[in-house]
Amino acid sequence: MNQHVTRTIKEKFPEYVTDSHAFRGDETVVIKREALLEVAGYLRDGLGFEFLMDLTAVDYPGREERFEMVYHFFSLSANLRLRLKAPVGGQNPVIASLTPLWSGANWFEREVYDMFGIKFEGHPDLRRILMYDTFEGHPLRRDYPLDKRQPRLPHRD
Amino acid sequence: MGLETVFGHSFFTSRVDDAVNWARKYSFFQYPFVTACCGMEFMSVWASTYDIARFGAEFPRFSPRQADVLFVVGTVNEKLAPVLKRVYDQMCEPKWVVSFGVCATSGGFYDNYAVVQGIDKIIPVDIYIPGCPPRPEAVLDALMKLQDKVSKESVLDKKYR
Ligand code: SF4
Repeated sequence: MNQHVTRTIKEKFPEYVTDSHAFRGDETVVIKREALLEVAGYLRDGLGFEFLMDLTAVDYPGREERFEMVYHFFSLSANLRLRLKAPVGGQNPVIASLTPLWSGANWFEREVYDMFGIKFEGHPDLRRILMYDTFEGHPLRRDYPLDKRQPRLPHRD
Repeated sequence: MGLETVFGHSFFTSRVDDAVNWARKYSFFQYPFVTACCGMEFMSVWASTYDIARFGAEFPRFSPRQADVLFVVGTVNEKLAPVLKRVYDQMCEPKWVVSFGVCATSGGFYDNYAVVQGIDKIIPVDIYIPGCPPRPEAVLDALMKLQDKVSKESVLDKKYR
């Protein structure tokens, strides 16, 4: 594949793109997190990626920037896919919310917040979505103990 | 007793327990608390091939207040646990609980932060059905075992007072 999308993004945002690769035609672009809204907006309005298919995160405890946000975009008009990644780190990981661009990002971001504790700036209603409100911690972080239980009801015997 | 000899064939004698238990065990109204994939297999127990109606237990009641047997079918997670407890508490005595599948019985392979490791941590269980999901035959077997269990109970058992 000719990686036309990757090249276009690199040309448009040379200072923000830190890495890129492709595997069997699936292109991935890694950007700095402060550029997320700008790049995503360009993808939607400039390159025709109308559809935010999914967003999630990965925890890499060894890395300097511990978390990596992963966004999957799809262009219905051009039949193209793109994966966008952005590292997020620090004690209080924060990244911009994509809800201003795709309202469908709302629940995805709540899930990532619930599971990883990453905050989304500009999200209209950042609450837990899967776990209950009294749950402590973020279970998909790699340092969440594997056998830790938080029962809501006292157990019998 | 010999009462028949006095009153003819319009009478027969029995123990209260036997009569009540006979009525109870062939007229289970069930509350299906179905949360996951086990539900598919549970439906087939109701369909014509296996036909749970042959055991007098075909009638689902979606109000716990009208149900006798609580079938907990599928994975129960911590978020759902208070709901299950509440459904159980709303059922009138006498009531029985069947744990359907390994998820309800022990958490199954969901040995993780979210899933209750067996519903008996929350409510008492009478019969456990193993399997992921259990075969319909296993469910009918469990139902017969429950009927056996019911037939050994007494209306004076502490549970019902
Ligand atoms: S026991 Fe198996 S089939 Fe049943 S709910 Fe659990 S995973 Fe699904």
